[in-house]
Amino acid sequence: MKTLTKCLTTVGVVSILGFSSAASAGTDLTMYYPVAVGGSLTKIVDGIVDKFEAQNPDINVNAIYAGNYNDARVKALAALKSGEPAQLSVLFSIDIHELRNLEAIVAFDDIVSTDAEREWLNSFYPALMENGKADGKTWGVPFQRSTIVMYYNKDMFRAAGLDPEKPPTTWEEFTSMGKKLVKKDNNGNVQQWGAMIPSTGYPYWMFGALTKQNSEVLMNQAGTETYFDKPGVIDALEYWQDLGNKHGVMPKGMIEWGTLRQNFLDQKTAIMWHSTGNLTTVKNKASFDFGVAKLPGNKELGSPTGGGNFYIFKKSSPEEKQAALKLVKFMTSPEQAAHWSKSTGYMGVGPGAYETETLKAYLKTFPPAAVARDQLTHATAELSTHDAGRVRKFLDDAIQSALTSQETAKKALTDAQKQAKSILRRYK
Amino acid sequence: MINRLNLKAWLLLLPALSLLIAFTHWPTLKSFWRSFTWARSDVAPSQFVGLDNYRIMLDDPVFWKVIENNFWYALGTVPTSIGLAIMMALWVNSKIRCTSLLRLAFFTPTILPMITVANIWLFFYSPNIGLFNQLLGLVGIAGPNWLGDPDLALSSLMVMTIWKEAGFFMIFYLAALQTLSPELFDAAKLEGANAWRIFRKITFPLLMPTTLFVLINALLNAFKLVDHLFILTKGGPNNASNLLLYYIYETAFSFLDSYYAATLTVVMLLTLALIALVQILVIDRRIHYR
Repeated sequence: MKTLTKCLTTVGVVSILGFSSAASAGTDLTMYYPVAVGGSLTKIVDGIVDKFEAQNPDINVNAIYAGNYNDARVKALAALKSGEPAQLSVLFSIDIHELRNLEAIVAFDDIVSTDAEREWLNSFYPALMENGKADGKTWGVPFQRSTIVMYYNKDMFRAAGLDPEKPPTTWEEFTSMGKKLVKKDNNGNVQQWGAMIPSTGYPYWMFGALTKQNSEVLMNQAGTETYFDKPGVIDALEYWQDLGNKHGVMPKGMIEWGTLRQNFLDQKTAIMWHSTGNLTTVKNKASFDFGVAKLPGNKELGSPTGGGNFYIFKKSSPEEKQAALKLVKFMTSPEQAAHWSKSTGYMGVGPGAYETETLKAYLKTFPPAAVARDQLTHATAELSTHDAGRVRKFLDDAIQSALTSQETAKKALTDAQKQAKSILRRYK
Repeated sequence: MINRLNLKAWLLLLPALSLLIAFTHWPTLKSFWRSFTWARSDVAPSQFVGLDNYRIMLDDPVFWKVIENNFWYALGTVPTSIGLAIMMALWVNSKIRCTSLLRLAFFTPTILPMITVANIWLFFYSPNIGLFNQLLGLVGIAGPNWLGDPDLALSSLMVMTIWKEAGFFMIFYLAALQTLSPELFDAAKLEGANAWRIFRKITFPLLMPTTLFVLINALLNAFKLVDHLFILTKGGPNNASNLLLYYIYETAFSFLDSYYAATLTVVMLLTLALIALVQILVIDRRIHYR
């Protein structure tokens, strides 16, 4: 209730400010941001913004929570289209090509002016910059970034006679340990699953992990080609299918993204693959001993990065752009990134964050928080192409039709590749 | 004099009319025009492409899938929720105890916002922790993956929709029932008609105006109400539960293709107009109005 009242007051105040903006000194910034994993992340964002405003009394920031990544993009673009002010936003890192096609964003290279600022632009983990770069320029600066990590229930590992400090590191181990972790009742009904990989919400993202582990990527950096029908990619989808259909490690069919965390917390599955963004919530709510590990690999280890980047919009005055840059710099500074990472589980976006006292102390008491960072060495970009919504849906549909046994993995992915190719032809 | 009267009438109509034109008719016309144009992106100038978008639509397997789904969805939800609504209305209209509590109970699903309901049902349907499968588990049945099985996803949505809608329609029937004159029923009883005969020959025919109203609303809702898809299935798995309006949303806001979205919108508008027209022209004639 309190937040709601606060929100309404903010909206009210902001609209008044908006009407009288000609009279007021200083710069007003409007920023949309998404939350994809639930939890009280909005409060944390508000807290950081408040700190920024206290330090910069001449800048007013109106941070608007805008739903999930899709909603946030819709709202930000609608605001831009209707002429409402929005100078920056946190949007899906993979929206870069579309935002550029819409001529909505500017490159950070064209806004930074000092050497210190250029250095700041180079202070992030390179793996997190992959989805933010195009045509040799940086368009998105990492903020709420994640990888997929493996959460596992140590109590269940012990009960199944497995070493809780040795989670699976290969597909073979993942399968064999998974089988041991499945528990059935007398009627043969499964009481506890070995593992769950979510296949709704962001199936292409989970699939990006499996393909990287098979040493394949899903697209080129320019976002003009996809590789859905490569043998290694098909093989990865077949492995995913087998986990449910052949090995019985996971439930058959779809596994819901939104309820998976609850399944893990209710001890219905021993292992889940999920965003690191869930880490703090799992830590606060798990009634059992749990561990976090890198995803297992096949030919290599791998996970896509994920999450949201800062973008600065073209339709803003030079002063607003500078103020926006200031805000982005503040929110990605080591101290704030460390605070953000500790409160959420998203990773600190640069090495600097892990050198702060906050995170150093936190990692000492809670080592799992470092897994996402350690996994960055094996990370690849998240699926990001031109006409990304459509291309993503082709792949999502293919994955879902294969997992629900409507199609073979090969047929589904070959069809998806064909569809993606015919769409992307226009962007070459 | 007549001119002044006319002017006054127009002035009185003006507020409603301008709102209607600005938010209904003008966007409709614009969508219609847009469905014949195309541009590379939203910032590029659009060009006239004739029926190109419609040709693409006819080749789009997802379009046919959502049309098929919408057909089954309407067929599955509309008659059942109307039937249930009539039964519930008859029940809470009879002289039993606690009718107001019962009415409230039936009406509760309607009061709740669709998104809230969907979020609750998401956990009802969840295969391992969900209410339904836990109940089934008590009697030793391994429940299915309600929303994750392409054969069940759409039906699961239908069940929730019926649960949500029936109470709303009940209110209309209840109001209608209370306007029926008791003499008719007394007379029927004197003649020795049984309850079923009374319902079939008196109550149901007299409720027909309400039924038409409810039928139109229910059918429109079957096309218009997709809030729950956002939470429950997002149209998946593999479009098994995708509906036309949700596909329009996806096209416009996820694919950022407002031209194809306009094309789909035109199809949707024509379908809805056709449904309303058939109902009003055909069924209306057979209804007994007092």
